[in-house]
Amino acid sequence: MQRNVLEYLESTVLKIPQKIAYANENIGVTFQEVYKNARAIGTFLWDAGHYKEPIVVFMSKHPRTIITFYGVIYSGNYYVPLDEEMPKHRIELILQSLEPKAVICDETSKALLEEFSFQGKVYVYDEIVGTRIKDEVLIHIRNQQIDTDPIYIVFTSGSTGIPKGVVACHRSVIDYIESLTAVLRVDENTVFGNQTPLYVDACLKELLSTLKFGATTYIIPKSLFMFPLKLVEFLNEYKINTVCWVVSALTMISAFGALEKEIPKYLHTIAFGSEVFPIKQFKIWKKHLPKARFINLYGPTEATGMSCYYEVNRDFELDEAIPIGQPFPNTEIILLDENNQVPKQGDEGEICIRGTSLTLGYYKNFEKTNEVFVQNPLNNAYPEQIYRTGDIGKYNERGELIFVSRKDNQIKHMGHRIELGEIEIVANGMEEMKSACCIFDDIKKKIILYYVADATPAQVTSYLKEKLPRYMIPNLTIALEEMPLTSNGKINRVLLKEKYYQRLEK
Amino acid sequence: METILEILSELHPEVDFETCETLIDDKIIDSFDIVTIISEISEEFDITVPVDEIVPKNFNSAKALYAMVQRLIDEE
Repeated sequence: MQRNVLEYLESTVLKIPQKIAYANENIGVTFQEVYKNARAIGTFLWDAGHYKEPIVVFMSKHPRTIITFYGVIYSGNYYVPLDEEMPKHRIELILQSLEPKAVICDETSKALLEEFSFQGKVYVYDEIVGTRIKDEVLIHIRNQQIDTDPIYIVFTSGSTGIPKGVVACHRSVIDYIESLTAVLRVDENTVFGNQTPLYVDACLKELLSTLKFGATTYIIPKSLFMFPLKLVEFLNEYKINTVCWVVSALTMISAFGALEKEIPKYLHTIAFGSEVFPIKQFKIWKKHLPKARFINLYGPTEATGMSCYYEVNRDFELDEAIPIGQPFPNTEIILLDENNQVPKQGDEGEICIRGTSLTLGYYKNFEKTNEVFVQNPLNNAYPEQIYRTGDIGKYNERGELIFVSRKDNQIKHMGHRIELGEIEIVANGMEEMKSACCIFDDIKKKIILYYVADATPAQVTSYLKEKLPRYMIPNLTIALEEMPLTSNGKINRVLLKEKYYQRLEK
Repeated sequence: METILEILSELHPEVDFETCETLIDDKIIDSFDIVTIISEISEEFDITVPVDEIVPKNFNSAKALYAMVQRLIDEE
């Protein structure tokens, strides 16, 4: 039985060492190079005395970053991907909560790191990748490891203003990748075009599927996602046939008519998720690529990646939502109502997940972990954990699972999961701020911040840009004389929403 | 020109769009902004922005955007 994700690499490198595994528009690395360099980094980290601890990988989006991830796993540590695109304040918060002993950088990010209060060891990729590999060390580490040992921590938005680090292990990742690749029908001819950042779990779809099957992943430059025709040209130039993108990246191509000009002719598998795919846009895709498979994926970071899938096999009305379908094999979805009972067929309930794809929980945060990784309330006989997603779902008359809404103020924006509360807390941290409240326009997909402060919208936005990632910056910032309150003295979100829609009508 | 500056300022109130000519090169606007800008200028000026106009040089400054809008209005 497979116990370690690196077994994917070790079996593939024997078969096709010279094939390109990961590439961008300038360079590509073969499986042999991935194998050699990752083992060198693994040896280096062990020799430097790091074991079973978080190692931060603070590098730009590049094939060598992926190699570094595997290097950290070889060393028996777990990687924490950070990106130079993250704002300074957020990186600082993450470093404080992790207290890592070491960070691996590239030449550019090394200079950036000096701006932080980080006191630990700083290693530069180019300087450690030449380390002489010690087989006996790597074998020793491997023999000590079990499949529930962690391999990475990724951070998601937290409503308290502090990001939460989700810890995933070999077992959860293997379970996920086995199921996902069966649904996507990945094989050695698969050519992925990666869109998602390397600092979120979403990129596992391409990175590990590539390892398992000896496929190839091209990292697509982020700037192309602004210019639809150039993006389609890129897909054709590199013969990309499989994508797992956020919906907004796909709709950007279809909505501007790029498909009328040029078709991504190699594309045969299109997976999407995290957001609702507007049917109008979906139909445009379907019309131009009638033979392609379209697969909706659904799942939280806490269950490693994706937990459910639905392959589109019928037509939808413009006001319908594409189902999230059914769980992957070895995963069960349980709907629970407010009384922790299974609701009647067709009624709504919270989507809860059961399976070995559950991650280990939040790093150094047992309180938050215990709130959502809980004993299955339907089982009072033995310990059995489920993860409560906070998403509300129901089954349609065909027995397909449908996503309905969120229980709280969490939203999905540009494929990212965001707690509106986190934006509010950061805004309230501004000295002049008296009151701040965020709402989300579900239709135009905009975050709107209403605030009361002796500051202009420009000042508020500049402040937020220092503290929050780009995708969390409100798309509209509006000053108010005073904040509308409910009779209990809470901010009246409903009234703010009405105010916002009135403003639109003007 | 006023309308264009207004649309842009609403997205990024802290940027001086009258002088900035590197909106794309310096990553000041992102893909979400491009989508918003196109949908708003289409509505305001009653034009359709063809996909081959959605290229970096047309979005690098307010001036370039304005020139594109003028060109599209003339063509209609």
